[in-house]
Amino acid sequence: MTEDPVIRLRGATKRFRSSSGGVHTAVHDLTMTVGRGEFVAVVGPTGCGKSTTLSLVSGLEAPSEGEAVVNGRPVAGIPDGVGYMFQADAVLPWRTVLDNVATGPRYRGASRKEARERAGDWVRRVGLGGFEDYYPHQLSGGMRKRVAMAQTLVNEPSILLMDEPFSALDVQTRALMQDELLRLWSGTGAAVIFVTHDLEEAICLADRVLVMTAGPATVKAAFPVPLDRPRDVERIRLTTEFLDVYREIWESLREEVEETRQRGTHRVA
Amino acid sequence: MSREGLDVREAESPATVTTGGTTGGTAAEHARSALPDTAALQRQASAARRRRRAGMWALRLLLVVVWLGSWEAAATWWIDPFFYSKPSAIAVRLAEWFDIGTQFGSVWEQIAVTLEEAVLGFALGAVAGVVLGVLLGRSRYLADVLAPFIKAANAVPRIVLASLFIIWFGFGLTSKVATVVVLVFFAVFFNAFTGAREVDRNLLNNARILGASRAQVLGTIVLPSATSWILSSLHTAFGFALIGAVVGEYAGASKGLGLLISNAQGTFDSAGIYAGMIIITVVALVAEWVLTLAEKRLLRWRPPAAGESSAGV
Repeated sequence: MTEDPVIRLRGATKRFRSSSGGVHTAVHDLTMTVGRGEFVAVVGPTGCGKSTTLSLVSGLEAPSEGEAVVNGRPVAGIPDGVGYMFQADAVLPWRTVLDNVATGPRYRGASRKEARERAGDWVRRVGLGGFEDYYPHQLSGGMRKRVAMAQTLVNEPSILLMDEPFSALDVQTRALMQDELLRLWSGTGAAVIFVTHDLEEAICLADRVLVMTAGPATVKAAFPVPLDRPRDVERIRLTTEFLDVYREIWESLREEVEETRQRGTHRVA
Repeated sequence: MSREGLDVREAESPATVTTGGTTGGTAAEHARSALPDTAALQRQASAARRRRRAGMWALRLLLVVVWLGSWEAAATWWIDPFFYSKPSAIAVRLAEWFDIGTQFGSVWEQIAVTLEEAVLGFALGAVAGVVLGVLLGRSRYLADVLAPFIKAANAVPRIVLASLFIIWFGFGLTSKVATVVVLVFFAVFFNAFTGAREVDRNLLNNARILGASRAQVLGTIVLPSATSWILSSLHTAFGFALIGAVVGEYAGASKGLGLLISNAQGTFDSAGIYAGMIIITVVALVAEWVLTLAEKRLLRWRPPAAGESSAGV
């Protein structure tokens, strides 16, 4: 790739002070790049520090060492063009669907009318037409995810960060949302980092899968996913190509998962 | 509205799990036709609810009759009504106040004066409490610096301040409003503080990513999040506001319900004290009702509490 990467982490380390007074290293010496329009999935054992990676790129946290560069500039504060879908619900419970989606444009100085027009458009695009005036508590988990997705995408991000956004959904709804995500993403040219602990999900969605080590997280290996687009998530996971890729990556991921499990049993014992 | 009714797209079809195989379709149909008529069930449920309510009110009425009746009887035959008064005497005193007026003028005027002091002090104290509470709730450092002072100020017996305020501000409106403010402020402050501190981190991060400035985060995330905390404190705070106003008048005033009561005490008129108490209670209940209406309007977005939505059929 001759073009400059959109996202570059170089030797990034993030330490937190733990509640017991010690120091907890979430991410250690992490180096990765994401190109324009590239969909990268990050998989790793539970609790290894995958989410911290996203915090560094989004500017919510600053690296303790090393650097995070977005669009050629070191991250200080929240960079332009970043969208972030959180694992937990982050829609505003006191706003209707339409006003929730209009939140971003309003923050960025659009007039109420313009913001609502753009929001209305996105509410329909994520398949929630007719639900504009509902409050989040009146919607199902899947529908709330759609609201969150519209809320993020209405800002037309050039970088999309997703932190296990579908992990709380049931299996059928999750597949539906994955398809929906690919449909909405295709053609936007946005670079995506999608964090998940579900390898199947990672392969279905991504151009490239990064395997993280058991915490502190660093990139263990990178695997290209040579599957054609557009993809049908339900169908693609039954193809032999998919299973080949899955087996290859799982070999690498398994060691880290086992390592994490072993530490877990040590702690219990 | 139930969410099962809405979520057409993601709903699974029911009733095929247990039957399995070729009989699945017919078994499902059978299960559906066996469902009882929902309209009839609803009628039954609402009739049961009405009966329950009627019974409840009858019982409440009975309690009041027994209580007042036994008091009246006791004061007529056994105890001295000069000290303990009795319901009929209190009713006479109330009628007198509303028909002829009190010795300080119309009773409505007394109510208006007390309400003015309470409402004015309530508004000032609540606004100050919310502003300072939210500010300190979002600034841990400032909160840590000021914590001992706030704790000390809260420990001061604030009712006593009423006497001090009389010396500072005189017998008029200002001294009462000041008393109300110091009572209301702390009630609201601590709730606003907690509410602002407990804001969901996800919501804050999400707002920052979506492009919110610091002021926008405060206005659109922190304040609405803290609203349910603040509103619940306002109920208690208005009670405090009335107490503050009455105590302020008690300490020295030329008008108001507190003055009526303190005057009744001075003339050993126990019926007058009860009458004043009853008026204050009614005012407090009306205020409570208004606040509940406002709360319902502001918290429309919240899911109904479990108890409200499904009182077992």
